[in-house]
Amino acid sequence: MTTGSTEKVNGAKALIKCLEKEGVDTLFGYPGGQIIPFYNELYDSDLRHILVRHEQAAAHAADGYARATGKTGVCVSTSGPGATNLVTGIATAYMDSVPIVALTGQVPRALIGNDAFQEADITGITMPITKHNYLVQDAQAIPRIVKEAFHIASTGRPGPVLIDLPKDVQNIEIDLQYPDRIELRSYKPTYKGNPQQIKRAAEEIANSCRPIIYAGGGVISSNASAELVELAEAIMAPVTTTLMGISSIPTGHPLYIGMLGMHGSKYANYAIQESDLIIAVGARFDDRVTGKIESFAPNARIIHIDVDPAEISKNIMVDIPILGDAKQVLRSLIKYVQCCKSEEWIEKVNQWKKEFPLTYCHSQDTVMPQFVIEQISEVCKDAIIVTEVGQHQMWAAQFFKYSKPRTFITSGGLGTMGYGFPAAMGAKVGMPDKTVINIAGDGSFQMNSQELATVVQNDIPVVNVVLNNGYLGMVRQWQELFYDRRYSYTFIKGSVDFVKLAEAYGALGLRAEKPSEVRPAIEEAVRSGRPAVVDVIVECEANVYPMVPAGAAINEFIELEEH
Amino acid sequence: MKHTLAVLVENKSGVLSRVASLFARRGYNIDSLAVGVTEDPDISRMTIVVHGDGHVLEQVTTQLNKLIDVINVTDIRADDAVERELALIKVAADVETRAEIIQIANIFRARIVDVAPKSMTVEVTGDEGKIQAIEKLLRQFGIEEMVRTGKIALVRGAKKV
Ligand SMILES: Cc1ncc(C[n+]2csc(CCOP(=O)(O)OP(=O)(O)O)c2C)c(N)n1
Ligand SMILES: [Mg+2]
Repeated sequence: MTTGSTEKVNGAKALIKCLEKEGVDTLFGYPGGQIIPFYNELYDSDLRHILVRHEQAAAHAADGYARATGKTGVCVSTSGPGATNLVTGIATAYMDSVPIVALTGQVPRALIGNDAFQEADITGITMPITKHNYLVQDAQAIPRIVKEAFHIASTGRPGPVLIDLPKDVQNIEIDLQYPDRIELRSYKPTYKGNPQQIKRAAEEIANSCRPIIYAGGGVISSNASAELVELAEAIMAPVTTTLMGISSIPTGHPLYIGMLGMHGSKYANYAIQESDLIIAVGARFDDRVTGKIESFAPNARIIHIDVDPAEISKNIMVDIPILGDAKQVLRSLIKYVQCCKSEEWIEKVNQWKKEFPLTYCHSQDTVMPQFVIEQISEVCKDAIIVTEVGQHQMWAAQFFKYSKPRTFITSGGLGTMGYGFPAAMGAKVGMPDKTVINIAGDGSFQMNSQELATVVQNDIPVVNVVLNNGYLGMVRQWQELFYDRRYSYTFIKGSVDFVKLAEAYGALGLRAEKPSEVRPAIEEAVRSGRPAVVDVIVECEANVYPMVPAGAAINEFIELEEH
Repeated sequence: MKHTLAVLVENKSGVLSRVASLFARRGYNIDSLAVGVTEDPDISRMTIVVHGDGHVLEQVTTQLNKLIDVINVTDIRADDAVERELALIKVAADVETRAEIIQIANIFRARIVDVAPKSMTVEVTGDEGKIQAIEKLLRQFGIEEMVRTGKIALVRGAKKV
């Protein structure tokens, strides 16, 4: 289906025009030999291009942009090493179902398969980590492929799509006509839940005395937060979220009981274990959530709402599957439900909440990492919080008070250190009016700290708060608890002066060493309106609690020992 | 338990490797895979034999369906379908054994498609059981080389996948 007139342009220009038609405003990328024709056309275009300093950051930035805005993010690289540098970012987006489109240069068609200079089989390499990918063999197919790519990336269960563009294809003249509709006979996601199943679910809910809603990242990607809260309130069920589901319901909501799973709150894990009905929405019963699967929620019936048929009964058998978009399904479910007989249950859950609150050892002289998160939470109430991976990530999940969806952005499925800073950069580009804070570890931050150059050059005022514990803390915690405190290669103290590092790039560098210095430093960084790094020297051997050891049932905890 | 899946896919380069890589990375075992173009030149048909319980089959099917180039997946039940496989078996043969091999081939309605001084090649078509049976009988003469196409199947009657 095409409308409008055709025009003659080369493949590269066609690509840019197609991106514009898709509503793309920003690209994150890095040029090289096989993508030069594209960059040559980009030179005259109105598209904003952010030149990163490592292609991995381009992929993460596109991902952060997508998660913050809900739109599809775009990254660009050259062939070979440029393309392989994107791989970690693509895999990260794949695991967390984030819509991005990656454009890679490729050697000219005649050289493909010859081990040509900077040739890598990137469609082969990314096959298991993309929702779909294309090697463009025919320049005339560019408009259709771009249309399909954006459609596939952003619909159904979202995910990354890669388009590999041989250099000669970028140079060939084509008749450009952008299709306004496409039809893929093999790809038709189901959005509307089966009404019969929805009615059955409503009956289950009516018969339940101890219901719990278990919400995942799908609630956020389908923009179903309002419906989630409405359902919870309509049936009076407590809500727990996965790491990816955080911010889908305000932290302060009386029915919210926090994150569940390995580092979940005790009350969330107790509640799921004792529930008689789990309403899973856009969540996938990951091993970090269920713990030992045989002992997970032994008495619960399960309703599973998901857009991806392959997630239904993958890890755990469900009783009532409802295939569809979380928002649409919840909308119709809300019409049928009535309040359950859950008063006693809610009371019990609230009792647990009081009895086993999330807590930590407070200190007057040492900065506790959890305290830093609480300070950020007070200073930057409406900020978008992005994280790296490690202990600081879990504390950010546990101690920040989120109020709106898409304000907690983290690498959940792949757990990619080095994700946070470039993703924060992408989030800030997409949401320039929001304060964007990257909560980082001293290890993770060093995995993509070169992006300080990017944020300074492009004036992207992201604030990095480094919880500097001198350790690869999460690994150190496992070594402490399960390997007899043998801290094998996890000590990294003194690796770099983060303040000077920031200054070397022209960013603002600040340090806080005492509890009293934390808040002023964060305030100053946010107020400065500049890209910043706040180096907070924190207690070096603090642990994330509660913790369920890998493979244990999720109500078997290792706990904080009181001093 | 074995299942025969008819998988209709877009006839595009790379589809076979998408399907094969999916099986490999999810740890599903393929017993056999046969692929060829269909009555519609834009569509190829793969016949994949997998083993696993109902849960595995369900997973294989839904994961295959997630591939953009997969149009549909049907579990073909043996009692409802015509299933065939073709094998070429090169057996050691001399003047003394040739007659006996021909006899065996006849019983199985197999054909001798090549004869050389020291060997014969037998072409046999049938279901898995038949091919196994003839293979077993020919083994006594010494099988020098054997190749099988993997199973293909069509549902009986008017029904299509
Ligand atoms: C790319 C990558 N490499 C290794 C790991 C394994 N890993 C998980 S957490 C962690 C330590 C992170 O250290 P840091 O960023 O300082 O955070 P902390 O746990 O100290 O808060 C490591 C090495 C990972 N998740 N990602
Ligand atoms: Mg650390």
